[in-house]
Amino acid sequence: MSGISTTQFSKYNAKIAKNRATSEPAWVRWTLIAAALLYLSLFLFMPLAAVFTEALRKGVDTYISALVDADALSAMKLTFIAALIAVPLNLVFGVAAAWAIAKFEFKGKSILITLIDLPFAVSPVIAGLIYVLIFGLQGWFGQWLSDHDLKVIFAIPGIVLATIFVTFPFVARELIPLMQAQGKDEEEAALVLGASGWQILWRVTLPNIKWGLLYGVILTNARAMGEFGAVSVVSGHIRGLTNTMPLHVEILYNEYNYAAAFAAASVLALLALVTLVLKSIVEWYAARSARAIEQN
Amino acid sequence: MSIEIRNVKKNFGDFSALNDVTLDVPSGELVALLGPSGCGKTTLLRIIAGLEAPDAGSIHFHGKDTTERDVRERQVGFVFQHYALFRHMTVFENVAFGLRVRPKETRPSDAEIKRRVHELLELVQLDWLADRYPPQLSGGQRQRIALARALAVEPKVLLLDEPFGALDAKVRKELRRWLRRLHDELHITSVFVTHDQEEALEVADRIVVMNKGKVEQIGTPQEVYDNPATPYVYNFLGNVNQFKSNVLKGEASIGGLNIKLEKENQQADGAALAYIRPHDIDVQRVKSGSAPAFEAKVNYIHAIGPLVRLELQQLGQDAIIEAELTQERFRELGLNTGEQVFIYPRNVRVFADNTASA
Amino acid sequence: MSKKHNNVLPGFNLSLGFTIFYLSLIVLIPLSAAFIKTSTLSLHEFWVAVASPRVVASYKLTFGASLIGASINALFGLLTAWVLTRYTFPGKRIIDALVDLPFALPTAVAGIALTAIYAPNGWIGSLLAPHGIKVAFTPIGIVIALTFIGLPFVVRTVQPILEDLEAETEEAAASLGANRWQTFTKIIFPAIAPALLTGFSLAFARAIGEYGSVIFIAGNMPMVSEITPLIIITKLEQYDYAGATAVAVVMLVISFILLLGINGLQWWNSRRNSRAI
Repeated sequence: MSGISTTQFSKYNAKIAKNRATSEPAWVRWTLIAAALLYLSLFLFMPLAAVFTEALRKGVDTYISALVDADALSAMKLTFIAALIAVPLNLVFGVAAAWAIAKFEFKGKSILITLIDLPFAVSPVIAGLIYVLIFGLQGWFGQWLSDHDLKVIFAIPGIVLATIFVTFPFVARELIPLMQAQGKDEEEAALVLGASGWQILWRVTLPNIKWGLLYGVILTNARAMGEFGAVSVVSGHIRGLTNTMPLHVEILYNEYNYAAAFAAASVLALLALVTLVLKSIVEWYAARSARAIEQN
Repeated sequence: MSIEIRNVKKNFGDFSALNDVTLDVPSGELVALLGPSGCGKTTLLRIIAGLEAPDAGSIHFHGKDTTERDVRERQVGFVFQHYALFRHMTVFENVAFGLRVRPKETRPSDAEIKRRVHELLELVQLDWLADRYPPQLSGGQRQRIALARALAVEPKVLLLDEPFGALDAKVRKELRRWLRRLHDELHITSVFVTHDQEEALEVADRIVVMNKGKVEQIGTPQEVYDNPATPYVYNFLGNVNQFKSNVLKGEASIGGLNIKLEKENQQADGAALAYIRPHDIDVQRVKSGSAPAFEAKVNYIHAIGPLVRLELQQLGQDAIIEAELTQERFRELGLNTGEQVFIYPRNVRVFADNTASA
Repeated sequence: MSKKHNNVLPGFNLSLGFTIFYLSLIVLIPLSAAFIKTSTLSLHEFWVAVASPRVVASYKLTFGASLIGASINALFGLLTAWVLTRYTFPGKRIIDALVDLPFALPTAVAGIALTAIYAPNGWIGSLLAPHGIKVAFTPIGIVIALTFIGLPFVVRTVQPILEDLEAETEEAAASLGANRWQTFTKIIFPAIAPALLTGFSLAFARAIGEYGSVIFIAGNMPMVSEITPLIIITKLEQYDYAGATAVAVVMLVISFILLLGINGLQWWNSRRNSRAI
């Protein structure tokens, strides 16, 4: 996954770039830049632009009415609920996992790290499927759930579970390398000075990892709000009830209601852009504090 | 408070970091654990602090067994090698930390904390840095803040892990004198770890020389320097010339010479290693008297500084012998490279050569 | 001794216990459900479910398109990482931030946006249509979608390595008479190759499981443009839970192998780098 390390201060500085011996002739430079920009335009900028163009194709009025539509609003609400539950749970998990893995040595650690990564490697469709196998009508707990009039699949709990699964590793993956790099000197110093476990966590560890933590939360949140495949399997697509924003987009699109579909999509695209801005800000702060540590 | 360490063992996997270490640190002394990296000195310090648990053996503070006691209850001050200052806290908050995390009933009031922290910052002469953050400080300043932080909890024992290791040469010299003065003021039982013999010799009341998880010698700087207990200590403290030798009836043969051994330095007959400090070698232009002497050629002369170092080659041998003369003596002799001289060893120390018999 | 582990920091049992509990609850037990469900099938039933011509065609399509998409990303991702670390040009910082868009943009949004562009009446589709080239609703569309979602991986794995390369080694190469191309192929490329391979594998692994962005642009015609995750959904919708799960297990096993490979690669990579320092 991408990490904070991408913004680390480049050793390759501008002074060297001007050096003739280790740079390319101008025509090579501009050809390469042009090729990269063409690639990014085809695959990145145009789709982004298309979302907003298509959304506004039928005018602002259509656009706004598509967004204040009751189904759209309830889809937004459900999306926020799912993220609001999944993000804090995975946050707590991420801190606990990183604490155990970064501060202690134990057998099977690398297996644990690999297992935490598992959800990255699992197709979202399969992530949905496994919960159907457990909580679906024919699943392990299906009979019991229906006897007690409880619903997980084709209901909100299933959507939340699928969302937790697909966003499972994000916080842990950010924190583990960060906390490993920071070592345990400061925690030991706090311990010698008499601090309790929770005092160490709150006063020493968390302030040190706050940027990595925030970064992980931003990534988790973006994925939680945007997840489609896994949620699609467990949702049942009940309008106004079990539709998240991405599912709402799909339904409108399949009904050939393109303007409304793209209007809803544009909200998600805006969220994605906000995510990128926040991410850049956090990376900037994290790089700044990393530089401060390097001088340490 | 005195520290007694009894038969402490510690392994990391197959690696034996500490192998049956027994050691007393008298109350109020400043003791150096001296040895090369990997000799177990830092592990021992961390075991005293309670940051590691020994596999066997026990630690006593003033006669009381503290082996099982939690690090938080040991009342030790620990200065980490890289200081481990809390980088998101100001200098003031760093020093105040140990007081602030106390349970409510024993926590001093804010005013009291403020008073104590400023007192400590004055002690380390850095009161003016209270509002800075650790990354804004120089290495020497961080070192002193780390010390102030450790002292804030009024520890009974102060432990310092390579306290000057990360500093440049000039700051290091200043700081170690300062630490010595501070210790003379506070008289808190202190143990510091170092790999720098000069540092240990200058600062400590007592030096513990360690090697491969064992204590080689314990003594005052004078004792360990003048009377090394083992070849290892000889090699580790100061420059030394080493010769393969053979002991027979109280005489050691070195490079064809038979040298009578002092009473306090007798060895059993057999293969041995002989050691002579460079400043215990006298150089003469002509052979005089009956004392045994080598004939040697002057290979190089390094005449910078108060001492002149000569690199001598014994005639008919490959061995290079190093000698140190005062500038005065050197001028008196008026030596040039390539000349032939006679050298007279004094204070020859001999140890049984275990490698040869093995 | 009462303390078995060498570490006096508190919270080990609590944090590891919670980690394993939560991991089991959310990931391990549900995933094991797939394997247990599959074990109810006889070997023959399993084989029919996972090796019928329509399913095999979907494997070929999924892996083929993923491979092409990841390859495009390897080539152009390297180029992008190079341009972003070595050159200055207007808008560079914004472009750098936008590279992560596929991580942040919901896949469904990407799917309909790409379809809109590459459909015969779209911005690019309309340019290609007169030449008889169809992108949307064909396997080419699938490659486009999979390229989009895998775009950041190579850039983000190669970029930090390029940034950390010591300029002195390149200067040394130049001083020994190497031209830029020789310096690149003999000095720079070997240094970034492991990261490039890691990025490629990540993009590939992500593409294999991708669903949201593909189904809009794919056309989803059986035997032609139907990806494996869609097969699973189709079987599910026909209440063929065992069949769906059997195909899922095949994909899971492949994903696990890929994950192990990637982790091994990264471990090897970090060891190599740490030894270099």
